Amino acid sequence: MELIRSGTKIPFTTYRKHAVILSTLVNLIVLAFLLIKGPSLGVDFAGGTMVQLKFQQQTAISDIRQALESVQLGSSVIQDFGQAGSNEFLVRVEKVGIEIGALGDQIKKALSDKFGGEKFEIRRVEFVGPKIGEDLRWRGTISVIASTIMMGVYIWIRFASAFGARFGLHFGLGAVIALVHDVLITVGALMLANYEFDLTVVAALLTIVGFSVNDTVVICDRIRENLRKIKRETLESIINTSINETLSRTLLTTGTALLVLVALYVLGGAVIRPFAFSLLVGFISGVYSTIFIASPVILLWGDRLRR
Amino acid sequence: MRQSVLTRLILFGIVTVVALVYLVPNFIGSLPSWWSSFLPAEKIHLGLDLQGGSHLVLEVKVDKAVEHHVERLRGDLTNNFREKAIPGVSVERVEGTQLSVKVPAVDQERVRGVIKGDFGNLTEAKTPQTSGGNTEFFLILSREELRNLRDTIVDQSLETIRNRIDQFGVSEPIIQRQGQQNILVQLPGIQDPQRAKDIIGKTALLEFKLVDDNANVEEAAKSGAPPGRQVLYGQVGKAGTGVNVEKVPYVLESRTLMTGEYIQDARVRPGEQLQGPSVELILNNQGARLFEQITAANVKRRLAIILDNSVYSAPVIQERIGGGRASITGSFDIKEARDLSIVLRAGALPAPVEIAEERTVGPSLGQDSINQGVLSFIVGGALVVIFMIAYYKGAGLVAVVALLFNVLYMIALLAGFQAVLTLPGIAGVVLTIGMAVDANVLIHERIREEIRAGRAVRSAVEAGYKNALPAILDSNITTFLSGVILFQFGTGPVKGFAVTLCIGILTTVITAVYLTRIYYDYRIGARRLERISI
Repeated sequence: MELIRSGTKIPFTTYRKHAVILSTLVNLIVLAFLLIKGPSLGVDFAGGTMVQLKFQQQTAISDIRQALESVQLGSSVIQDFGQAGSNEFLVRVEKVGIEIGALGDQIKKALSDKFGGEKFEIRRVEFVGPKIGEDLRWRGTISVIASTIMMGVYIWIRFASAFGARFGLHFGLGAVIALVHDVLITVGALMLANYEFDLTVVAALLTIVGFSVNDTVVICDRIRENLRKIKRETLESIINTSINETLSRTLLTTGTALLVLVALYVLGGAVIRPFAFSLLVGFISGVYSTIFIASPVILLWGDRLRR
Repeated sequence: MRQSVLTRLILFGIVTVVALVYLVPNFIGSLPSWWSSFLPAEKIHLGLDLQGGSHLVLEVKVDKAVEHHVERLRGDLTNNFREKAIPGVSVERVEGTQLSVKVPAVDQERVRGVIKGDFGNLTEAKTPQTSGGNTEFFLILSREELRNLRDTIVDQSLETIRNRIDQFGVSEPIIQRQGQQNILVQLPGIQDPQRAKDIIGKTALLEFKLVDDNANVEEAAKSGAPPGRQVLYGQVGKAGTGVNVEKVPYVLESRTLMTGEYIQDARVRPGEQLQGPSVELILNNQGARLFEQITAANVKRRLAIILDNSVYSAPVIQERIGGGRASITGSFDIKEARDLSIVLRAGALPAPVEIAEERTVGPSLGQDSINQGVLSFIVGGALVVIFMIAYYKGAGLVAVVALLFNVLYMIALLAGFQAVLTLPGIAGVVLTIGMAVDANVLIHERIREEIRAGRAVRSAVEAGYKNALPAILDSNITTFLSGVILFQFGTGPVKGFAVTLCIGILTTVITAVYLTRIYYDYRIGARRLERISI
């Protein structure tokens, strides 16, 4: 079976201007939203308490809210969680500074009074104090930035020996720009889909960074090979050839990863869903960015590559 | 140049047997004794998110304890000056942990001598100020002393918490220091996290103080206690039930006569008739002597028993009490009495602790997560297997066999390293399946290209492996790097993901590249690679 016929020649690089404009625009919008609205942070990063409840019978959110009014939680958010009909809810409370972990107990008591002790179950309690939340936020941000830069440096060093330090740097920069693009697209998609940012999402972003750079490496590798093999053509045509030659690999690899991610997204449960979602978006964006973003960046500076 | 096919087969055979040995304990309930005596018997450790349990990060409020320490030093200094007969000295604690020593200027040098000689752990924060015939010294704990003190406080807290958890009875708890002043506590599989938190978090500072019967309680409660006195509250009615709880104020002499540090043992005594249960304290020799002195000197007065600033009871001392036994009664049920005896036995925390982070997962959610994780593993894996065989046929089948070994080695390594498997960790295993075949895809696409370019099958396979290798290594190294960063950054479950991701990369390179290669080399060696199904 062949997904991409050999000898396929899609002139990817001719679309590069459109792609760059489109991507820049989308990224700027995401950035603007990040700065103005800010991502909605989960308990890990914002601090506060989150309680996951499972009821045996169908229960209305308004009833839960009513039951919890007696404990005066301050601003609390109650939402459905998990599959429809699973009767699971998340209660999120911002309020902190109550006696050691007493909040879970209070919630339990208030609900027992209204629904009866056996009718529900507290399945998960997460509490993160403000100090730790801030610490995690900081470390999460730093780790995504650090790994992105690290990938750039890796590619720089990796290709410096083949083309000299300067062009190695161009490859590295191309990769970093592509990665920033992927991370921003994923962040945008998460905000659009109303997912909260928590530790697993950061884990997903780091994985995207590590995975998405693979395609860039493979294509850069092919460009290097073709530069040696084909002497008469322009750099643009060589880059295009390289993208086309590796296209089926790019699609296949991401394809198999997407297969398992879809399985995780559908079957892995509500806890892991934001993680699977992030990876799905990030990996798809990774294919696009490698083809349309990383390569043009190389082309931008690369005309002197042949001399 | 290349090792023979046979040598490599034997090598992989050995690796596979070792891997299976590590896996056996996970699938067989009770191992025969000869097995566990010299073969690994450990099961894969499940994270708290899968087996249920509580993960707590406690912050030790070290500053509070340092303040207490400085307050004690203040007392020592005052006494010392009194003994050395230096008049007119006043010592006060200012700004938390600073001591201000005011002396008549004439005695300045003598006072300095005392501080230098007997209080070497104090240093001057700034130069003394002289005004109106008085000199004021500003003393703080020396940097080294402060560091030691803080360290000791956190270590002592950890030991106390460990004692309490041991007595509470949790199997395989993890209790360790984290950073400057945090303590990490993991309690797998506990049924009542709230009770555990209450036991761990209670400062359990037990104090005995005299009740001032002459004081006007109502007035003191309203407008503050007179000097040398303090107002603390006790509860009437059963605490926790919300019924009939009433706060009763007591006016006490501020001086603490005795604390819980002399407690040797604490036992629950069931209640008689109308009374609830009580907790009997057994004091050590020193404590028994002290208690005897105290009771002898204060017959007919009321002695308040105070735990964490709450008055439990204030019985009248009928006579001198020898033998070192005291008992705490109050409004608590048998369970609360048992918890109280645990914390009293384990001793007080040197500083209050606060919960800085809590993650508790109930056992049913953990089981659900395992089921969902396993289901997505099976379905995801099946999809990849079907795809690879449909797309690459024979070569796909080879890759799939390699993938099976990949998963086998991966789980064996997880067991061998005693790594903790978490829900994101399972996701990491699932993801590895999806990404592992990347190496095979790279190789297969190369082989196809080489065949298209007109090479013979045999040399196409060799060139395919050779040319694909740099890209395979690159892509795995980059993912590995991300994994390492993630491991550094992550906590708990996320760390589990980083671990499986990194382990998966190692096993992927080994199986997808080297294991499949054995098969092709075998066919090349047997001169049976004229055609290839790819």
